[in-house]
Amino acid sequence: MKYHYYPGCSLEYNAAAYHVSTLAIAGALGLELLEIDDWNCCGATEYISLNLAAAYALIARNLAKAAQNKATRQVVAPCSACYLNLRKCDQSMRESPKLDKKINTALAAGGLAYQAGSLAVRHLLDVVVNDVGYAAIAAKVTRPLKGLRIAPYYGCMIVRPDFEKSREVGSGKWRVGSGEWEAVQSGASTSSARLDKSAAGQSGAAGQNTASTSLGRLDKCEYPMTLDILLKNLGAEVVEYPMKAHCCGGHMTQISEKTGFEMIRRLIKGAVEYEADLIVTLCPMCQLNLDGFQGAMNRHFKTKYSMPVLYFTQMIGLALGMNASDLGIGSELVSSRAALAKIGVEAPAAEKPAAAKKASKEALPMPKMPDPTPALPIAKTSDREGGYPTPALPIAKTGDREGGVSPARSAAPEIAKSKE
Amino acid sequence: MAEETRIGVYICHCGTNIAGVVDVGEVSRWAGELPNVILSRDYKFMCSSPGQELIAKDIKAQGLNRVVVASCSPHLHESTFRGACVSGGLNPYLFEMANIREQDSWVTTDKLEATKKAKALVAAAVYRVSYQKPLESLFVPMDPSVLVVGGGVAGVQAALEIANSRRHVYLVEREPSLGGHMAQLDKTFPTLDCSACILTPKMTDVGKHKHVTLFTWSEVESVSGYVGNFTVTIRKRARYIHEELCTGCGICWEKCPKKVLDDVFETGLGYRKAVYTPFPQAVPNIPVIDRPNCTYFIKGTCQACKKFCPTGAIKFDQQDELLTVKVGSIILATGYEVFDARRIPQYGYGRLANVFTSMEFERLTNAAGPTGGKVVLRDGVTTPKSVGIIHCVGSRDVNYNNYCSAICCMQSLKFAHLVQEKLGAQVYEFYIDIRTPAKAYDEFYQRVLKEGAQLIRGRVAEVTNEACLPGEDGKLIIQVEDTLIGKQRRIPVDMVILSVGLQARADAKEVAIKFGISCSVDEWFIEKHPKLDPVATMTDGVFVAGACQGPKDIPSSVAQGSAAAARVMSLIGQGEIEIEAATAVVDDGTCVGCKECIPTCPYQAISFIEYVRKAYINEALCKGCGTCVGACLSKSINLKHFTDDQLVAEMVGAMQTMKLFEAS
Amino acid sequence: MSAVTVQTTVEPLNFFEQVVAATPGESHLEACIQCGTCGGSCPSGADMDHTPRAIFALIKADMKEAVLHSNTPWYCVSCYYCTVRCPQDIHITDIMYTLKRIATQEGMVKNTPREKAKAPNFSQAFITWVENYGRSFELGLMGVHMLRHNPFGAFKIADMGVGLVAKGRMAFTPTRIKEFDSLAAILAKAKELEGSE
Repeated sequence: MKYHYYPGCSLEYNAAAYHVSTLAIAGALGLELLEIDDWNCCGATEYISLNLAAAYALIARNLAKAAQNKATRQVVAPCSACYLNLRKCDQSMRESPKLDKKINTALAAGGLAYQAGSLAVRHLLDVVVNDVGYAAIAAKVTRPLKGLRIAPYYGCMIVRPDFEKSREVGSGKWRVGSGEWEAVQSGASTSSARLDKSAAGQSGAAGQNTASTSLGRLDKCEYPMTLDILLKNLGAEVVEYPMKAHCCGGHMTQISEKTGFEMIRRLIKGAVEYEADLIVTLCPMCQLNLDGFQGAMNRHFKTKYSMPVLYFTQMIGLALGMNASDLGIGSELVSSRAALAKIGVEAPAAEKPAAAKKASKEALPMPKMPDPTPALPIAKTSDREGGYPTPALPIAKTGDREGGVSPARSAAPEIAKSKE
Repeated sequence: MAEETRIGVYICHCGTNIAGVVDVGEVSRWAGELPNVILSRDYKFMCSSPGQELIAKDIKAQGLNRVVVASCSPHLHESTFRGACVSGGLNPYLFEMANIREQDSWVTTDKLEATKKAKALVAAAVYRVSYQKPLESLFVPMDPSVLVVGGGVAGVQAALEIANSRRHVYLVEREPSLGGHMAQLDKTFPTLDCSACILTPKMTDVGKHKHVTLFTWSEVESVSGYVGNFTVTIRKRARYIHEELCTGCGICWEKCPKKVLDDVFETGLGYRKAVYTPFPQAVPNIPVIDRPNCTYFIKGTCQACKKFCPTGAIKFDQQDELLTVKVGSIILATGYEVFDARRIPQYGYGRLANVFTSMEFERLTNAAGPTGGKVVLRDGVTTPKSVGIIHCVGSRDVNYNNYCSAICCMQSLKFAHLVQEKLGAQVYEFYIDIRTPAKAYDEFYQRVLKEGAQLIRGRVAEVTNEACLPGEDGKLIIQVEDTLIGKQRRIPVDMVILSVGLQARADAKEVAIKFGISCSVDEWFIEKHPKLDPVATMTDGVFVAGACQGPKDIPSSVAQGSAAAARVMSLIGQGEIEIEAATAVVDDGTCVGCKECIPTCPYQAISFIEYVRKAYINEALCKGCGTCVGACLSKSINLKHFTDDQLVAEMVGAMQTMKLFEAS
Repeated sequence: MSAVTVQTTVEPLNFFEQVVAATPGESHLEACIQCGTCGGSCPSGADMDHTPRAIFALIKADMKEAVLHSNTPWYCVSCYYCTVRCPQDIHITDIMYTLKRIATQEGMVKNTPREKAKAPNFSQAFITWVENYGRSFELGLMGVHMLRHNPFGAFKIADMGVGLVAKGRMAFTPTRIKEFDSLAAILAKAKELEGSE
């Protein structure tokens, strides 16, 4: 499967580990990533705050450059902000002919053109779970992440704004029992259903059919499950993390430290309370905020949190048996060493002794694991060929009413009284 | 040679509805010059008694043999003016109506253009009416029996009204007992009388009424026929209990060893047995065996109920029965279902243990409920010290149901009262707008305020157990913007109640199709006229009552039940039903017997006469929709009152007028 | 391609119309019922001068100054919670971008006090690197921004900067894309077209 690859500025330096790990797993998962030639910045959330036409023209140049290479019509971006910008630009140009004309006039000044809708913009997580598939990944796991408690963290821009929302829901059509609701509820997205169908025939051609139409939603915008299911398929223990789609603050640390640090504190505190060993994310901005600013946040609030934050691509790499150093592990500021030791991975020593020492002193309480076997035999993993059963939201109408209360909290027993 | 055509034209002002935009005097003057028009008048309200008398008088005095009224929609007043013609001695089908209100003055702002359009519409009617022929209506006898579908309070009320006037009612209910949602409730607003106490006497009356045949645990399978003469097939699902032998003694459910979570009546908070009645006052007091959960049906063993039943009423070999009844009219009172709160994940229902729905709370606070009326948290023991009640859950939201569910404000205020009365707990209500528009409702709101409930104006953003600030540990935190002070607030509480909205039943569309009526976009049944005919439907003889027509509280549902009964009684009182004369007829001379028309008829009015090999249309069943006319390959079907020459004349009238304006 | 006319003055739009016109697509701003779902959902709502809901009321009241001088749009973190939760499907985040653009383009931010100018200046600084190189440049950005607004605060996060540099996560020089001239021409043209019909 071929994809135009748009790494974005963050992946050049600050999130180089994301880039490295993405490239490392791409081969193993059968993804051929063609980096867009001479790509430029997407403008983040900044350009659109200053100049709409320039912001979209800047984004559209990347799409125009990608479209020149006809090898594929799929564009994949690992950064959520880049993904949203590329997709939103394409969508807005499609919906507004006026804007389309404006942007293409600007592009023409640089000798380029882009036909809106000719490319399908997708996030890396979407490609991994829907094009590669949970089952195919589970089958390749050689070092299950057994015993590792992970807080899956999606952030905002992969699940919101929900472009399909107003079109699909509305006026009571979207009800329990319609199938669609259950599909989204259980984490199997509408786009996955669609892609699975086409992938069943010719996976390579999957994108060809969908590029011109709007893509379905990747996951629910309030309580997504895609990453949870992926991590479970890697053998990890996924904690119910209610903050998983809350905001990391974006650039807020630069605007108001008070506001920005509070957002970071809530996320870290949540993960600590659910006794997670680490947070796994899929966006360089989220990683920078949660990892890079964790120390500053601690100083601001006089707290001593030490919660490592890694990329989902790094977790896939580890589960596939790759070396930590080949996945850029070790470049995080809050060391993941202690956490990864649980799965028998020796992370490169942290070069930042101050932070590392602090972390070991304040190490999180480790939940007692019944079986500390580092790896499962490969044969065993093939048992779960269909991937893990999708963890449906605990439903209030069943007998089991413990809800999603984490083991760290007391579970609420059900009302056990029958009618007099 | 036929008699000379003498047309009278009447232009209605409709107050300023038409006259404010259309120059009615000019239209009237202009219509007077059209061919065959003997007189043309304009009048303030043609539908008023003097207006109608004007028509009748003119027919007699001027010898009119055709009448055209240009006014509102025929839906509203066609029958009024037809009546005026009849009282003047003219066949009602020699009348034609031009709609210059809905199709002109209400939708056109330019006065000149509106006047031009009115002229064209009047000309079309004048040209058409010359070709209209007198038609005679058909009368068929009205079957005085009535089918009521749904045994909630609306259906029970309707059934009682009709049965009390000694007409027979077949009452079909899907659940094992009558009662509907009202039987689940604790207290009713604003008077706080006990729901069961006021409902069960009515249920018992219906249950033992000699003019009511009760089918519970049953559903309507199919309906055919027409007003006055419906044939209804009812599926009586197997109860596995012999209804005559059963005395309702309750030994079977006492002895049944299988406990089942009751997610219907007890909303998943309590248990029942595999053989059960939903609640002690059930009508009829005959249990059903829940086949998918019964040990005997699963494993072939047990039979505890059978062993202990003193009358031998347990019949494991019982089968579903299909019963056919004949009725003249039908009342649908199929009710609503509540919005599924799991669809709004940010409110945490199903994930956070102490988030409850309003229906769950009704059961919690109900003395006959699973906790015996003790309001406790999901652990079954802890009494909440603070409760947050969230309004508009799933309502007034384009993402879910884009309408106001009407009952939730009052229901939530009732909860506030009950919580404060029972627990003395602090109550917070989160609302967008408080809507209390009925008798004694706003007074109740004021009472709850005086009792100390905190009302916070703001739609709740989310409910979380993620403590961020001191004092939030172990609580549910409601995050909201208090819009009256313009600040974010986080309010920690022990219990959250989601006041979930009402929505149409999941199978409302199927039911509508079964009974030949239509649904709105939100799948509520559509009434004939929202103001003037709120319980009738566009299908004659089929009426609606209660929340199946739209969100409604108990008083309105009961009122509609009675209203529907009154409409049915008025039909029955007429003894016979006038059938629309504008029906389709087959020309035997040209019909080739191809049968193309038969499947196109939505009313099953066309049959095939084998020995002559021709199609035949039953006039009593035909609604004059014209579908078969289009389908007929040999052009052998004619729709009376919509013949080709009539339609062509109508078009010529309109187009010639428009051409005239273009030329000038 | 016909010549593009840049609109100068027609009848002055009222502020509500101006906001709606400058927001791409259907903003649904007219449908606001003042329920406060946005204000309650906003992760930075506690620190805003006005909640988004209040901003919409101010827009409808034509109180342009109050809106454009408030920190509200600049405190928007683009998390889109308000947008997906809004019961009227109002594209709130997009409207916040519009307000930022109007404030910038009409010179409102120039007169604001230093603290309030932090966000617009950050956006401007970020974009200056992009406009000059085609890629963003974190070290330069943070340097410029910190020196301008919080020279002492820089020490607070200095170890983070050192950490990032030590881990090879921070470049010392910006990267310029190959076809920079083409990009510059595109952006120049786009800026010329901004605001045109």
